[in-house]
Amino acid sequence: MIAFVLNGKAVEVNVPAAKKVVDLLRLDLGLTGTKEGCGMGECGACTILVDGEPRLSCLLLAGQLEGRTVTTVEGLSPGEDLHPVQRAFVEEGAVQCGFCTPGMVLSAVSLLRENPNPNRREIREGMSGHLCRCTGYVKIVDAVEAAARKKGEGDPS
Amino acid sequence: MKNLYLPRSLEELWRVLEREPKAALYAGGTDLLVRMRAGMCSPPALVCLERIGELKGLREEGDGLRIGAAETHANLLRSPLVRERLPILASALGTLGSPLIRNMGTLGGNVCTASPAGDTLPPLIAAGAVLELGTPGGRRNVPLRDFITGPGETDLRPREVLLSVRVPGTGAFNVQHFEKVGLRNALACCVVSMAALLAVAGEGVVEKAVLAWGSVGPTVVTCPEAEAVLVGERLSGERLRRAAALVRERVSPIDDLRASAAYRREVAGNLLFRLLDVPPRQPGFPAVSR
Repeated sequence: MIAFVLNGKAVEVNVPAAKKVVDLLRLDLGLTGTKEGCGMGECGACTILVDGEPRLSCLLLAGQLEGRTVTTVEGLSPGEDLHPVQRAFVEEGAVQCGFCTPGMVLSAVSLLRENPNPNRREIREGMSGHLCRCTGYVKIVDAVEAAARKKGEGDPS
Repeated sequence: MKNLYLPRSLEELWRVLEREPKAALYAGGTDLLVRMRAGMCSPPALVCLERIGELKGLREEGDGLRIGAAETHANLLRSPLVRERLPILASALGTLGSPLIRNMGTLGGNVCTASPAGDTLPPLIAAGAVLELGTPGGRRNVPLRDFITGPGETDLRPREVLLSVRVPGTGAFNVQHFEKVGLRNALACCVVSMAALLAVAGEGVVEKAVLAWGSVGPTVVTCPEAEAVLVGERLSGERLRRAAALVRERVSPIDDLRASAAYRREVAGNLLFRLLDVPPRQPGFPAVSR
């Protein structure tokens, strides 16, 4: 049994320790918000937060989660409300097909936690592990900038 | 499915390796798990080193640093000690992979993967890094330069583990330049890289020069002849042209999908000319450039 905290709840899973975390999340736990793109660490679609830090779930094995705290896009915000970063992505039109969005959002949340006031260069650098094949990135950078601005104006996140 | 072991100490690791001598070791997984997925290797068992306290941490040692093999690139990049004592390594770490890869990959992994394109290898070799290798029976120290014997090939012995990377401080070098040429800024596998450490006297004369190139040979390429051309002279276009010609003779690049051998050879020499643009720093202000 592998015990960890998933989106705020203690869970125990009975899967082989060498199973990829992205498969554990999607296939065993039904959390399909986490996407698998390249499976090689180059696209960022499978990003999750482990103990608050962005990690690639395609290059993590289930046993490595023992005792850790995991946040997937499903756990960013309780209930039906969107997390402010998710809302900014919607409002700025930063989502087209949406495949890269969960990973982008999680990296943005982590980036803003470390640097609440990033400039556009810092945002591009912070998000540089993610590929988006639709948007050309401009609106994604806009969304992270907008989320930072709103946070500065007192949005509690 | 394979067994995965997560030892929490070297003691536990030795016991695991006793039972699973053919297990593959990894810390970040950014190389091994990719190779496994591509079918390039299929070890009978896996050992993840991320929880072994003895492989973590960063401490001052003389004027240099002792870096635990399982320290992540992100931790090292954040460390004021690395920026202060090994600015050239910090520059290289900033170009490695992406923030996500840097959160997972480790310095020891970059060393043991021994890729000709390993981003930390030219600066570590230029700085004179020495590896501390351990088995249950003892420890030995091997210069990184001698440890990597070919592309993906090292002198790591059965059941031996890289414990730490000891790097002398580079404070004596007031010009430190690392540059990586890739096809894009993030997530770019290196086409050519160069690490250069120069000690330049007040009147502009180069007193010491150490140069190392990545991705232009089976292992990191050094060129003592080019270093000798620079030492005892002021840096000038003329001197650098002579050094560049020697480097282009020394490298043995290959054609691959990222660049041709001819391009790599040309650029390996050209990167030297950047040194004209890096002003020597005053003592106390570490030079960081890329």
